[in-house]
Amino acid sequence: MTTKYRNTVLTVLAALALAILPLLLQAAGNFWVRIADTALLYVLLALGLNIVVGYAGLLDLGYVAFFAIGAYLYGLLASPHLTETFEWIGQMFPNGLHLHILWIIPLGAAVAGIFGILLGAPTLKLRGDYLAIVTLGFGEIIRVFLNNLDQPINITNGPKGLGQIDGAQLLSFNFGKKLPVTEDYDINSVTLYYYLFLALVVLSVIICHRLELSRIGRAWMAIREDEIAAKAMGINTRNMKLLAFGMGATFGGVSGTMFAAFQGFVSPESFSLMESVMIVAMVVLGGIGHLPGVILGAVLLSALPEVLRWVSGVIDLQAATGGRLDASILRQLLIALAMIIVMLLRPRGLWPTPEHGKAFKRSNGNAKAAEPALTTTGQGGA
Amino acid sequence: MDILLQQIINGLVLGSMYALVALGYTMVYGIINLINFAHGDVLMVGALTSWAIITNAQEAMPWLPGWLLLIIALVISCVVAAALNFTIEKVAYRPLRNSPKLAPLITAIGMSILLQTLAMIIFKPNYKPYPTLLPAAPIQIGGAVITPTQIMILVMTVVSLAVLTYLVNYTRLGRAMRATSENPRVAALMGVKPDTVISATFIIGAVLATIAGVMYASNYGTVQHTMGFLPGLKAFTAAVFGGIGNLAGAVVGGVLLGLIEAIGSGYIGSVTGGVLGSNYSDIFAFIVLIIMLTLRPSGLLGERVADRA
Repeated sequence: MTTKYRNTVLTVLAALALAILPLLLQAAGNFWVRIADTALLYVLLALGLNIVVGYAGLLDLGYVAFFAIGAYLYGLLASPHLTETFEWIGQMFPNGLHLHILWIIPLGAAVAGIFGILLGAPTLKLRGDYLAIVTLGFGEIIRVFLNNLDQPINITNGPKGLGQIDGAQLLSFNFGKKLPVTEDYDINSVTLYYYLFLALVVLSVIICHRLELSRIGRAWMAIREDEIAAKAMGINTRNMKLLAFGMGATFGGVSGTMFAAFQGFVSPESFSLMESVMIVAMVVLGGIGHLPGVILGAVLLSALPEVLRWVSGVIDLQAATGGRLDASILRQLLIALAMIIVMLLRPRGLWPTPEHGKAFKRSNGNAKAAEPALTTTGQGGA
Repeated sequence: MDILLQQIINGLVLGSMYALVALGYTMVYGIINLINFAHGDVLMVGALTSWAIITNAQEAMPWLPGWLLLIIALVISCVVAAALNFTIEKVAYRPLRNSPKLAPLITAIGMSILLQTLAMIIFKPNYKPYPTLLPAAPIQIGGAVITPTQIMILVMTVVSLAVLTYLVNYTRLGRAMRATSENPRVAALMGVKPDTVISATFIIGAVLATIAGVMYASNYGTVQHTMGFLPGLKAFTAAVFGGIGNLAGAVVGGVLLGLIEAIGSGYIGSVTGGVLGSNYSDIFAFIVLIIMLTLRPSGLLGERVADRA
């Protein structure tokens, strides 16, 4: 059997497995399909962040901001909030502002992308940890605004969040309703969403894979490995970095719109710093810059804790530990332990790239030479 | 300008707490280039430990004077936090010292979540009132007031800074710390043991964070398992603001940040005509940071190295 033939067979098998999976899960209950849906959303997010962190080597700790932008955009354009709050919008759209998802996805992608570039622009000179903290600040700024923009003009509805958001509707096909197949068998709404998300994930994987092989991808990796050398070789590092931020943010925006359509409700609580951190953890835990690794990391970190939540519900932890340990606490505990233990055992991720990632392995001595040293005076202790 | 004076006092108090925490960040970063995300949670552990000691001691020995109780609680929590930070470094950061740069960052984040979760399990998630141990009557200065607790915070900060400055500049350990941060390999050749120095750095950082945590708790009157997160974040911002790796920078950054935040949230309402309220105070730190790093990427007192950092 040639390698090519074997790969084709494997791909077909994997595709079949992914297509049948939700139908099997559905038989066990919608809860399980919902977990798969969430996992796919996280895969989408992790793929986007992987462009920024994995390919271009720019550590972004505010990634969830783009997710939030996409989600709120959908929430505003497909819920009664705007028409109820603003009279003039209500007059313009007497039947409510129910923008079609085919409009919102590109719009969400574009707006998030623009924000990504806006964030990238002032940070071009920064690298590593400085960049991490600025992006983190950006994420917090967005969250504080989402939390407080209910006064004096009510735009985001503050901490209460936006509800009654329309489900996804593609042409005349509604993902929010179950699809009857035969008299007594129908495909549930969550399962339909699974296929929508799966389609987006497959599309994203293809885009990411092509990007990785393209000139742009090579340029990003060159910047990641050695920015000054890349510049010397004629790469426009400024544009390339902005492009990385923009592209990554686009993915975040799209997953945000999907999240809003799926949940029907958005509030600032879903977009905390912890969420950003979690997405970074997925990328790094899986294997930074390596598509299969990133997907593995996202699935593991998003799905496993949910499964554990179910397990802890079955044996009723709360009663067993006198109310101190419940499912969500256990989930948090396990995520934390997983992050620490996996990194200690496999610091390059569970499924690392075979060849890339040299930039993250820079020896201590070299990196030190350029870092600021610990000094007590203003101008260095050298 | 009573409001201004009052906000300056509040800003100084807030800023001095940020400065204490920022020192821990900056020392660790200066030596092993790691953003120790769990540092804010060490503050939380220190504060919660002191709370547990104080509330239990008050019940058992109600005759103990408040100030003495505070000192005892402070000392014990410093020891606890120092032991904890020492262990964290040994278990979670040391094995990764030569790994890809992001790996220790992830374990640090994991450690932060772990500490918060454990604290939640041990101490329950509710907010707990922190007892007032010093006299509560405020003292008039001009048109503003300052509480004895706030005076204690300022005094403690100044004393801690003086001790730390002496330690870093005039002791053997301080010299070893400076040498290690300059170049660990050469320092090792000169007979410095980098591992010992790094452990010492984590212990000192934990003590400073605990002092800040106890001060923070006495000032605001509550403790909870997530209390370390925001001060930690802002202290890190302060460290970057002042130029990370630079001790004086951390102090200057912390105090400036506290002042900006206090004055900003005091005036934002009147400046914007009520459009933005003091609930936006948390973003001042980040806006200042972004502007600062755009203009001077290495921070106020840092060296110009951002291009290659």
